[in-house]
Amino acid sequence: MTAVIEVSHLSKHFKGVQAVDDVSFTVEENTIHGLLGRNGAGKTTLMQLITAQDFASSGDIRVFGESPVENARVLQNLCFIKESQKYPDEFQPKHVFASAPWFFPNWDAAFAARLIDDFRVPLNRRIKKLSRGQLSSIGVIVGLASRAPLTFFDEPYLGLDAVARQIFYDRLLEDYGEHPRTVVLSTHLIDEVSNLLERVLVIDEGRIIVDEEAESLRGSATTVVGTRAAVDAFVAHREVMHRDQLGGLASVTVGRLDQAGRVEAAEAGLELSPVSLQQLIIQKTNVSHTEFEVTS
Amino acid sequence: MDESRPIFVQIAELIENDIIGGALPEETQVPSTNEFAAFHRINPATAGKGVNLLVDEGILYKKRGIGMFVATGARDRLVVKRRDQFQSEYIRPLVTEAGKLGISEAQLVEMIGSASRATTSGRATTASGEAATE
Repeated sequence: MTAVIEVSHLSKHFKGVQAVDDVSFTVEENTIHGLLGRNGAGKTTLMQLITAQDFASSGDIRVFGESPVENARVLQNLCFIKESQKYPDEFQPKHVFASAPWFFPNWDAAFAARLIDDFRVPLNRRIKKLSRGQLSSIGVIVGLASRAPLTFFDEPYLGLDAVARQIFYDRLLEDYGEHPRTVVLSTHLIDEVSNLLERVLVIDEGRIIVDEEAESLRGSATTVVGTRAAVDAFVAHREVMHRDQLGGLASVTVGRLDQAGRVEAAEAGLELSPVSLQQLIIQKTNVSHTEFEVTS
Repeated sequence: MDESRPIFVQIAELIENDIIGGALPEETQVPSTNEFAAFHRINPATAGKGVNLLVDEGILYKKRGIGMFVATGARDRLVVKRRDQFQSEYIRPLVTEAGKLGISEAQLVEMIGSASRATTSGRATTASGEAATE
């Protein structure tokens, strides 16, 4: 495995705001990473730093083993699809697709044409007149058809409907299978993408709080529901992550359960329900928030 | 996909089910990692992990440059493995639930017997039906 991105002790502060706070991680070649976190957590700032669109306050960034800042060798291998890409006023979608090959040496025009068809992008309408979703489709098409060795999607699908999002996921998986590359996907729609991800980075208040394989996060928490006495007995020797109570009933989230634990729960008459990646991250980002309030 | 367990384990189980059920006979080629990934909408690395789990167990084997194939004897070995799991995954929950409902052991045995007879006679009818059409 080779690291495509190596970040160490990276910080970025704006006036009075610590947007990225002493962050270190690596992204391995040919993986799909999820960069998840709440609004204002520092996702976009982090991606801007890695793609050299902004300067770090301190710390080190290596992309393909080199500093990305004003480095054409690195930058020509990058594609960064932003939430709201700006285009020249007179541009039509066909101009975007016609100019893309100038920036992306691996551009596949046939794949782009197929995606334009899938997403039903009107080629000859002025970009200003396009809907929010249509504008997002253009970004998604550029991101996929550019086949850049390192592609960032920052909330690529604002305004995209469920059908179009599914097309994006399907085409991404298909094309990634045939042309492996490194993809960093930042999104709030965690449940929709959780199966696509190989590794998950969660950023909260500028710090990385989770950096794990998606598969090891899956099933790492289970909610146990039943009568209070039965639940209490079951969780007595387990670590409790979260607890809700309603009259005589209790609902408690605990860590991973093995087969014996599941049998024990079933025999105690308890209901088990899995905790999705999205719920897990909500719990984690909430916990660190309260810790932050206590320490400040 | 079941949220509570790793996807690669579930992929391995789906392949096992197809081998046990006969959809994937021994010495036939199984779909590629990318085909599994696209079909189940999962990361290809995860699908690959599921396939490799079965390679490690000797259920599948790799023909270099061609793909993955079901090993000879895979079905018999899977059936033995599943029989071991049957006790913990089916029988114990069944007995627990029966206990909750006040069903005695004798009644439970009788219920299993009649369900079993219904299934076998159903199968016998189908079998004779097939024989008639042939």
